[in-house]
Amino acid sequence: MSFISVNNVWKEYGDQVILEKLNLEVDQGEFCTLVGASGCGKSTFLKMLLGQEQPSRGELLLEGQPFPGEPDRNRGIVFQRYSVFPHLTVRQNVLMGLELEQKPLLGKLFGSARRKALEQVDAMLESVGLTPAAHKWPHELSGGMQQRLAIAQSLIMKPRVLLLDEPFGALDPGIRADMHELLLKLWKETGTTIFMVTHDLTEGFYLGTRLLVFDKIRRDPHDPQAYGATITYDLPIGKNDRATFQDISDSVSATARNQAA
Amino acid sequence: MRLINRHPGRSLALILGLLPFLLIILIYGIASQERLAENPNDKLLPGLEQMTAAVDRMAFQEDRRSGDILMWQDTTASLARLGMGVGIAALLALAVGLLNGTLPLVRANLAPLVSALSMVPPLAILPILFIVFGLGELSKVMLIVIGTAPIMMRDVAQRVRELPGEQLIKLQTLGANSWQVITRMALPQVLPRLIDAVRLSLGPAWLFLIAAEAIASTEGLGYRIFLVRRYLAMDVILPYVIWITILAIVIDQCLRLANRRLFPWYNAGGH
Repeated sequence: MSFISVNNVWKEYGDQVILEKLNLEVDQGEFCTLVGASGCGKSTFLKMLLGQEQPSRGELLLEGQPFPGEPDRNRGIVFQRYSVFPHLTVRQNVLMGLELEQKPLLGKLFGSARRKALEQVDAMLESVGLTPAAHKWPHELSGGMQQRLAIAQSLIMKPRVLLLDEPFGALDPGIRADMHELLLKLWKETGTTIFMVTHDLTEGFYLGTRLLVFDKIRRDPHDPQAYGATITYDLPIGKNDRATFQDISDSVSATARNQAA
Repeated sequence: MRLINRHPGRSLALILGLLPFLLIILIYGIASQERLAENPNDKLLPGLEQMTAAVDRMAFQEDRRSGDILMWQDTTASLARLGMGVGIAALLALAVGLLNGTLPLVRANLAPLVSALSMVPPLAILPILFIVFGLGELSKVMLIVIGTAPIMMRDVAQRVRELPGEQLIKLQTLGANSWQVITRMALPQVLPRLIDAVRLSLGPAWLFLIAAEAIASTEGLGYRIFLVRRYLAMDVILPYVIWITILAIVIDQCLRLANRRLFPWYNAGGH
């Protein structure tokens, strides 16, 4: 039995079909990147993994059990923006998860328990390179540093699945390369299963172990929403050649133009 | 250069800002002088001399009948009512607003009621308050609470709902239960916004305070103004109005500074 199984999943809003006939098996520790044109259901699929959305048909299983219907501490998330708390310093942001877990009522740690948790927090900040900024407010951080913080905040809970929704979409290209390196390092250290949605095909092509392309096979030029997207390519990374890249790139941009028309 | 692109310097801005005040004082001074020249006993536009005499009598000398310093007594009485009323209203607004903003079930249950209550003209139910709570302190405080709380409740709920949805999801992925979402995400982020709401509510709060004092009271700033109106004592009324205005400005600025001090992340664009 695989870690995550997606069996014939559909997602529809009324007449509008977002995803159709989705089938997927993912093993623990895989790093999947999800690419595709906007409106092809990548984020919807991520939301289903998160528990924010439910499939209209089909089943979504985590180790044979249906996915819980609401977000929980086993599935971390990093959004493009707004995923850190502006009213807490960097250190307090990372401490938050540990406090919530250990103190269901107060939600705050004191004394030796707090010191112990803070040791863990400081080690996490060290590994994402935020130690010098430990006592700053999030608004004092650059976009890249805020994303480092968001990742640290999620990873300290040791989630079984880490979901990333275009986490580097708002960053400068140079910073993005640093973030890729950091993400790969953290993934190797923690061994957590990662799903990352990205707009950037090249990013999807070399980051991670597996590339999933969301695209529409059937296109109705008069009604772009009539058919849903599905996974058209499911490739292990490292075995991809130039021609495949071009194929995917052409197909995805054709869908994008069709959606926009 | 276009007018929309011309910005005043610091000193010019100060002068421009002071100018309307000076103009009003000047116009008043001229009008007052003219009337007093015609009739030295004129009460409608008292001069500076009469007003300082009145302030001296009200604020620095004991009243011959009661032995109290009236302006001081009026001020403490009014501020106590205002503070209690606004304080209770703010606490209610925080509790109801937080629940309405975070829990959809409570929102479905309470939001229509809060909206309806906020539409009731508070002064229209003042007679009910006098009948139910008597003519004592309670009815005056209640008028301020009823007049300001519903709007603040709506404001707090709205502010909670404006927090990014990403935060709410993120906190759940960190294992938070509903109680923790309220106490660790919504409450701390809504507190500075509550202070802003209180600042906006102070205007209506003063209105309700003075209205209640005018109708049934034995002390208070509003009571005094309406009392001396019978003798056309503009020399008392005008300083009282200026004093109330100064109090309102001081309270407003104290709240603004408290907000800055207590929530550095809020005012530095951290939201």
